[in-house]
Parts: sequence; C-alpha cells; structure tokens
Amino acid sequence: MTTGHAEEPTRRDFLYIATGAVAAIGAGALAWPFIHQLNPDASVKALASIEIDLSAITEGAAITVTWRGKPVFIRHRTAAEIAAAGEVKIEELRDPQADSDRVQKPQWLIMVGVCTHLGCVPLGQKGDFGGWFCPCHGSHYDTSGRIRLGPAPNNLAIPEYVFLDDNRVKIG
Amino acid sequence: MKHKMQIKLRSTLLAAALALPLAGTAQASEGAALKHVDWSFSGPFGTFDRAQLKRGFQVYKEVCAACHSIKYVSYRNLSEAGGPQFSEAEVKAIAAAGTVTDGPNADGEMFERPAEPKDRIVKPFPNDNAARAANNGALPPDLSLMTKARKNGPDYLYSLLTGYGDAPEGVVLADGMNYNHTFPGQQIAMPAPLSDDQVTYEDGTAASLDQMAQDVTAFLMWTAEPKLEDRHKLGFKVIIFLSILAGLLFATYKRIWKDQH
Amino acid sequence: MSGHTEFQPTSAPAKWLERRLPILSLMHGAAIAFPTPKNLNYWWTFGGILMFCLGVQIITGVILVMHYTPHVDMAFASVEHIMRDVNYGWLIRYIHANGASMFFLAVYIHMFRGLYYGSYKEPRELIWILGMVSYLLMTAAAFFGYVLVWGQMSFWGATVITNLFGAIPLVGDYLLALLWGGFSVDNPTLNRLFSLHYLVPFLIAGVVVLHIWALHVPGNNNPLGIDVKGPQDTVTFHPYYTMKDTFAVVMFMLFFALFVFYAPNMLGEPDNYIEANRLSTPAHIVPEWYLLPFYAILRSIPDKLLGVIAMGVAIFVLFLVPWLDTSKVRSARFRPLYKQFFWIFLIDALILGYIGAKPAEGMYLLAGRIATAYYFAHFFIIMPILGLVETPKPLPESISKPVLGHAASGKAA
Repeated sequence: MTTGHAEEPTRRDFLYIATGAVAAIGAGALAWPFIHQLNPDASVKALASIEIDLSAITEGAAITVTWRGKPVFIRHRTAAEIAAAGEVKIEELRDPQADSDRVQKPQWLIMVGVCTHLGCVPLGQKGDFGGWFCPCHGSHYDTSGRIRLGPAPNNLAIPEYVFLDDNRVKIG
Repeated sequence: MKHKMQIKLRSTLLAAALALPLAGTAQASEGAALKHVDWSFSGPFGTFDRAQLKRGFQVYKEVCAACHSIKYVSYRNLSEAGGPQFSEAEVKAIAAAGTVTDGPNADGEMFERPAEPKDRIVKPFPNDNAARAANNGALPPDLSLMTKARKNGPDYLYSLLTGYGDAPEGVVLADGMNYNHTFPGQQIAMPAPLSDDQVTYEDGTAASLDQMAQDVTAFLMWTAEPKLEDRHKLGFKVIIFLSILAGLLFATYKRIWKDQH
Repeated sequence: MSGHTEFQPTSAPAKWLERRLPILSLMHGAAIAFPTPKNLNYWWTFGGILMFCLGVQIITGVILVMHYTPHVDMAFASVEHIMRDVNYGWLIRYIHANGASMFFLAVYIHMFRGLYYGSYKEPRELIWILGMVSYLLMTAAAFFGYVLVWGQMSFWGATVITNLFGAIPLVGDYLLALLWGGFSVDNPTLNRLFSLHYLVPFLIAGVVVLHIWALHVPGNNNPLGIDVKGPQDTVTFHPYYTMKDTFAVVMFMLFFALFVFYAPNMLGEPDNYIEANRLSTPAHIVPEWYLLPFYAILRSIPDKLLGVIAMGVAIFVLFLVPWLDTSKVRSARFRPLYKQFFWIFLIDALILGYIGAKPAEGMYLLAGRIATAYYFAHFFIIMPILGLVETPKPLPESISKPVLGHAASGKAA
C-alpha cells in the first residue's frame, strides 16, 4: 500500500468512519421492527381496557371480569363493609394503605383478583376478616382487599380505572 | 459500477421476465379489457383519499354489507391512521349498530350485545351455509382481501361493478344469472348492486354509479392493505438510506482496491 | 491454498480462547487472511448474497412463527393477524415472502455463474454437489413454506405435488397416506410441513458450512478459470472482498426493497389471498416462479409417472455436470462454442419458466416439450460432445498476466 500524503489518511479514514457510522445507524434502524414486533400487538392492545356496566350489581353483590387476562373483582360494598374497612388501624397493616386510597367511590371496590403471594385467585366473602381468602396458602384479605393474615406480602392490586358515569366504569 | 449496474439490470429484467408469466395467468374466457382508473393509492407515492374511504365505507355498509362480510377488519381499524380515520366516537357508534354473540354468561347461555370497537366487523350471515341459503346457493365471498385476490384487483373490481349490461345477441343466461362484461364467463350470480343515487353521501358528493364503484373499490383496497401508506412511507426512507449506504460502500470499495488496478 | 494463517492473538482473553477453541484463528484464516484471486468479478458476490438471504429468511421466519398458528382453521387468519395487528408484521411477512424469491434469484445466478466459469470442474466437484444439495433443500423449504399460508394455491399446490408420489408403482398409495397423515392434504399435513419448514433452513446452513469448507481447500475459481500460481495472483479476503461483498449485498437489498415496499405481491399469486377451499379448484394451479421450469418439464410428459421421473432427472442431471462436461478448459471465456450454448441454455430455461405458468395445452404444450427436450440435450448430448470437439482459445499465462503475448512486455503485473 502506498504511504500517501499526510492529507490522504485523514480523507480515507473519514470515508471509512462515515461508512461505518451509516452502516451502524442502518443496523439499528433495521433491528427496531424485529424488537418491536415482540411488543403487544394491536389486537392485544384493543383488549387493554374494558367498560363495565355496574347497574346490575346490587349492594352486597360482586362480579368477576377478565381484564388483560386476569380476574378483576368488582364488589358493591355494603355500608357495614365500608365502615369495617375504615376502622382498621393503618399502622398494624403489613402493607399500610387507607381504604380511601384504594377506592374512588367507597361503595365500589375494584381490585385485581390475584393473590400477591403466588398468584392464585382468592375466594370472596371468606376468611377471618370478612373479605377474601386464598385457599392456596391461607392468605386472608379484609373488606378493602388488604392483607391481614397469611404469607401474601401486599394488598390486592388496584387497577387503573375511571368512572365514565355513575353506572359505567372503564378499567385500564 | 457499470458492470454491477448491468448485472442488476439483467437481474431486474430476469425477475420481470419471470414475473410476466404470472401476470399473464389467464382465465378461461376473459371479459372485455379492464377499465383503468388512476387510483390515488397506486404508484410508489400513492396514498388513500380519506374522504373517499369514508364514502366507500358508507357504500359497503349500506349496499354490500347485506350479503358480504369483511371479517378481517375490526371496527377499531376505522379510526386508525392510514385508513378512513373516523373519530373514536364515530367508530363507537358504528360498532354499536352491530350485534355480536358473546358468552356463555353465568347461566351458561350465549347472549347478544352491541359490538364494540375491538370486535371484528359483524358478518351478515353466521356461516357459509346460511349465506348460501339466503342467496340461491351462491356464496357472496368475504371482501376483506378481494382487491389482492384478483389480478389487477382494483381495476377488476371497478370494471365488474360498472360492467353490468344486457346480454348480447345469442347469449342465453342461465337461471338466476346476470350478464357482466368483466366477470370470467360473463355470467355472475350477483345482480347489479349499484345504481345512481342509491346512497346519499354525507359529504355531498354526487353518488353516481361510477363514483360509488370507485369509492367502494378504494375502501376495499384499504381493507386488503391497511398498511399501504406506512409501507410507502417507510419504503421511501429505506430506499434513500440504502442508496446513500451503497454510495459510501462503493467509494470504500474503490478506495481499498485502488492499488490493485 | 486453504486458510493457513500466521494469526496470533494478542490480547489475554483472545489467547485464552484460542488455546481452548481455536475459533479466532479459524475465522481469521477463512474470512480475513484467506487468499482470494484478485480478478473476481461481481458474479462472485452472490455467495455472500446467498448467506445474507439465508440469514434474512431464518430471522424473519423465526419471528413469523411467534405469531403464526399452524392449524387449518386458523392459519390463514393468523397470517392476516400478522399483516394487520402485529407491530411491523406486514414488513416481516413481506420480507419473508419476497425474500424467498430473492433467495432463488440469487441461487440461480450463482448456479449459472458456476456453469459459465466451470466452477464445478476438478477439483471442485464436491463443492458443486453440496451446492446442489442445498438447492434441493431450498426448494423443499420453499414448497413447505408456501403451504403454510393455507390459501387456495397453498392447498392445491400441496395436493398436486404430493399426488405425484402416488405415481410411484406399488407403494404410491401407501406413501401418499404416509405423507398426508390422512386421506388428503389436511391438518396433519399442515402441521408436519410446518415442522419441516422450520427444520430445513438449518440443514441448509449445515450444508453451506460444508460447501464453504470444501471451497477453502482449492480456493475460489476465477473468471479466467486458471489456477492461482502464487501470492501475486491473490489478495486477502479482508478488506478487498469483504467490502466488495458488502457493497454487493447492499445493492441487492436495494433491489429487494423495491419489491418489499413497492410491489410486494407482484411475484405472488392472487389466488393465495383466498382461503383454502377443498371443494373448489382454481382454474390454473401454478407454483411460485422459481419452480416453474421444473413444473413445465413435469407437465410436458403425458404420462404421470414418466413426468415425475423426467422432473427428477432434470434436477438430478445437475448433480452430474462435473462429469458430463468433458472440457479441460474451465471458463467459457475461452470456450467460444460452449459460451453460445450456455446462452441458448439460459434462454431455454427462461422459456421453460414461461411455459410453466401457462395452461398445458396447444402451442404452450408443444413449446414446452421442445424446450424440455433441449434441456436434456444440453446436458446429455451437447455438454459431453463440446468438450471433445471444441477448440478453446489460448489460456493466459496467469491471473497476474491475463494479457498474453504481445502486450505482456508492456503491461506489468
């Protein structure tokens, strides 16, 4: 290879660097669709939120809906349940959380029905605290869905939701 | 570079020469030559005309949907970019006009509910047999992919929709069939679906047969290729990028080989 | 001539690796230091292009499988799901479908390069044979893949091709039921073809490794067809051919992109956008373009079994090329008669491809039969005889001195 003038290596290097840079940008741009295709597709995202009509759920009744592949409990709480939830001393809770922080309207308790221990679905209106009981390993949840007894570390999760009007809620 | 161009040219010609036979797969008795429309979506920079897609959807809904499904399209697609782009509220209303069977409910029964944007567009018949029973044994095909399922799809569809007429001298139509210039064999079970002013367009465009045929064909091009605009846009960027990269690589290659020639 | 290298790793991790698994020196010998004839033209870039194609098909294929459902009731709909809902699904599907066509275009150019420059001749016969094996695997993979869409052409193409096996005497019917997993092409067939479609490309990759390994024993052929005489005839593979091949691949990608983005369905069949319907046969059953020449040969013989045999021989004859060609001269550049017959053969292959897409009647059938006869004549008659009767042009002294005689004194290496 010729030694060339002092100017030449700079020009040659610039060309190689420019080519390498453009190729690298291209490789990155090329990689993006192959990664993005792993992300939830449009049909999955369309199921990302559901709207529920609450008018049929009388006081003291509950329904379970499927949202993003998981069960969601929607319970129309009685005044007694709401009161019991409010009376609990927050400091005594494993996962301290006020009932008012877990509901938007006190009579509607909406939570993801997946036990925070290992993922089983708790049974409603069972257990020592008037709430839910998980039969897998014996976790007890109260009328606000907070963990009171048993191995679960956290309260039942509250999903993102908004009331469209008094009788319709959109979850997710 | 020239030699490489020759090779690429030869390869292109080769590919084109091999593609031509496929382009020429003829039906037994082709109709009149297809009428050609200058579609807004044709060519490398083609895009859909939103207003036309909305009109086309209206024609589909008011005329075609009685017999033909577009089962691969979901209501939510109607508000997505690259299509008719109805508003989300409009799409909710369009969907709610349809009924979907859902269930089983807590009693174990199937029930009906209004459709939602996430649902596929409701089919006129629950299955093929019901469709045949309602149409003298003929099955109105699903239209989602029709413009890609026929050679020169959009021109073919347009020509078919505008190709009805009286049977010429000596041609005897079989029972229940209609004469159509374009349909292979010239006899089609579907009676002429369009006539002037059949639909009142919301945007005020005159709804001539010709106009409706173009609009519904454009709409069906979208149902077949909802990503057409994305494809053209990305293609432009990719071609430009690859051209730049090719230029840089060619210069690099020449530089490296300079001492060898 | 093979990858002897004086490669010595310098860094500590490299030394550690090299002592335990000498992969660095292997790669260095094979792809960096490898002495390559310095006169290769652009026809030699298609090997690299083919490796690119195989990589593209495997990567896009693995991704498509993440979203595809191999069941007769859901396959077609799952492909539409990919096209409509999966992020960039339309792009990945169109790359994969058009990629198959690009793959075959490149492989045919690569094969014709071999035929023109005598790359199959001693001592490279096995490279050619391994290449033919991978070509056969490619056709199998392409056929299986096309069925997976489960459109009209998928189903009926599968029915026609599998029915060919029924032509085999005695065991034909049993073999058919074995292949189908039932009484016709149906769900069991789809599932097994899906499994095989995923498998075959990795077999191709293995054969390609052997193909390149075999190539690295004698080293590359070159446009002059004469052996390398010494280092003055070669350059190191890197950077000379790594960069030339990269440039060629990017040009290929440009051509590929034109199809993917602007004519994604041009090479395909509209009928495959109709869901498979076992009660309705399409007017014309046509395979993909790259299988058309052999399809034409199959249909030109009126007898079912003989047609299958003819098609088989048409492919098998390619394996025999190193022995059918009797010429001692490799490159067609110095074989004035063979060169002309090469071009006639190419035209014959294109004609067969054209005929393959036409209905097997009338003038098309006659032309197909003539073209088929010529195809076999080229290999069994013309190739052997030419080598014996042709007077080749004088070969140059060496690659470095390609100009012979009077100009040699003026032009230095």
